[in-house]
Amino acid sequence: MSRIQARFAALKAEGRGALIPYLQACDPDFDTSLELLRAMPGAGADLIEIGVPFSDPAADGITIQNAAIRGLKAGATMARVLDMVRTFRKDDNDTPIVLMGYLNPIDSYGPAKFCFDAAAAGVDGIIVVDMPTEEADLLDNHAREAGLDIISLVAPNTSRSRLFHVLKAASGFVYYVSITGITGTNSASAEDLSKALPRIREATDLPVAIGFGISTPEQARTASRIGDAAVVASALIKTLAATLHDGKATQQTVPSVLSQLRELATAVRS
Amino acid sequence: MTTSTPSLPNSLRSGPDDRGRYGIFGGRFVAETLMPLILELEEAYRAAQADPSFREELDYYYRDYVGRPSPLWHARRLSEELGGAKIYLKREELNHTGSHKLNNVMGQILLARRMGKKRIVAETGAGQHGVATATVCALFGLKCTIYMGATDVERQKPNVFRMHLLGAEVKPVTAGAGTLKDAMNEAMRDWVANVADTYFLVGTVAGPHPYPEMVRDFQSIIGIETKEQIIRAEGRLPDVIVAAIGGGSNAMGIFHPFLDDTSVRLVGVEAAGHGLDSGKTAASISRGRPGVLHGNRTYLLQDINGQIEEAHSISAGLDYPGIGPEHSWLNDIGRAEYVGVTDQEALDAFQLCTRTEGIIPALECAHGLAHVAKIAPTMSPDQIIVLNLSGRGDKDIFTVASHLGVKL
Repeated sequence: MSRIQARFAALKAEGRGALIPYLQACDPDFDTSLELLRAMPGAGADLIEIGVPFSDPAADGITIQNAAIRGLKAGATMARVLDMVRTFRKDDNDTPIVLMGYLNPIDSYGPAKFCFDAAAAGVDGIIVVDMPTEEADLLDNHAREAGLDIISLVAPNTSRSRLFHVLKAASGFVYYVSITGITGTNSASAEDLSKALPRIREATDLPVAIGFGISTPEQARTASRIGDAAVVASALIKTLAATLHDGKATQQTVPSVLSQLRELATAVRS
Repeated sequence: MTTSTPSLPNSLRSGPDDRGRYGIFGGRFVAETLMPLILELEEAYRAAQADPSFREELDYYYRDYVGRPSPLWHARRLSEELGGAKIYLKREELNHTGSHKLNNVMGQILLARRMGKKRIVAETGAGQHGVATATVCALFGLKCTIYMGATDVERQKPNVFRMHLLGAEVKPVTAGAGTLKDAMNEAMRDWVANVADTYFLVGTVAGPHPYPEMVRDFQSIIGIETKEQIIRAEGRLPDVIVAAIGGGSNAMGIFHPFLDDTSVRLVGVEAAGHGLDSGKTAASISRGRPGVLHGNRTYLLQDINGQIEEAHSISAGLDYPGIGPEHSWLNDIGRAEYVGVTDQEALDAFQLCTRTEGIIPALECAHGLAHVAKIAPTMSPDQIIVLNLSGRGDKDIFTVASHLGVKL
């Protein structure tokens, strides 16, 4: 059983959904983001999503765009991101790690080498924003061989027939992009989510994580109950960004993000 | 649809395949939220292609609104001055709005109307595509938002003002270097946030399938006319066709109808900026390698980690780190050749054309002219070069003046 399967099975037994916080690798520097990553499980992260910085994040709003710029300035590369995961895995062999990013840095690293190296570093799944099902054959076989889940994305405008098409070969979990839009902007209502989830569950038995526009503890709680997990990204990065001084980490940086994460976790677990 | 003769089974004109690929290039690398839209677009485009009334409507607007056909001008004094090949200029700068951009915009706006879309978004570099888009939105009473890099807003003020006059909202983009790449990112963000009513009117032969194919088809009117005109004038095909390339729409438009005429050399001119090896260039084929950006796989300027690099060119319309995927394919199979021309060479050619032909060319196609100036003297007087003069240079006089040390 993969780490992702084990974690969702354990949470199901506990009767609650998962909280998936997001951090951008090397934002604002390698050591700070590594410290944050290592502390996240203790603050209530059930799975963790690590953003791989890219120069042209066309699906992201300004908060994550700026995080990517900081990460790149701090020297983020795919190799450094995998270093981070490898270091994290020394003390934590249970919390699933999912990389989220765009295709070109993976393509440039080499699709086969990437899948093998990522799995070896302890990555469990990958979300490639600009790789729809139609183009997924670039990574599919390599990922399967390496034991890496390619997390499928579905959106509010994904039709019923397309849901079946996209989720036919899905593994790990399904990521529901709950709004038509970019990260950190609008939010879906509980009513929207309640309508959307049955459509998705009809096409898959995998757990469904809900992301895009989830910022408050209340929203995280709602999403984790209607779906199987809530992803919180821009809200945490906003907090991180507010603690920076001249773009550099301060003593408040890690504690502020962790404190917000604890509040989110409390809501998800209540 | 815009090609006047049917493609042969082994034709170089039969691409893309059903995945939107030209060899390894092209494809549909977009977020899932955009997939239903580009699938819907492809379906609508196929329906339009199959409907003779769509073609009739487009021909009507080409003739009475755009002002087609555009002339093929024998540039006698330019030919004499350079001493060598006979040079013809395909006068796309005479189109309404002053460039080839309206050919594509006209086709796509008719398609957007068929699809019932009420709002148009577009990206623009030099502003020529933005002006063309704002123009047809005024013509049909549609809401129009144009994304333009903040740097380009600064260096292309006349076009920004034109767009305002035409009723468009121009949104400056400050991300990155504030040029075409950043405007493209922002237009895609807008599109994904407004999927229900918005049509993304891409200005070049790039982006996810079917855009590269569709824009090429609409721009192919340039090559179709050129072929008829040169045969009428000279009784034969040209030896060389030259066109400047940013994303590559004017080049694809004039190249495509000639792809199977292998006696015709096709030369795409990329902006070398300060020089191909200066690190300040926009020559994606000469100095890039294949990667994925803005929905397609193509040659890109990128670092060893796959991060996209900023392009540089004096011409805002060529300042893009990628190129249309069909050009990447034509390069790799050797059917077309791609060369670089520097900012300085383009400025010199800009003045040469103005002085000898009384035509002020856009800085974009001045790059093509500069290459013509290099090769014409090496050719004989019975050989023929056609240059696609894709736009007029009125918008560039401020840039040129400042480089010549003149204050306007």
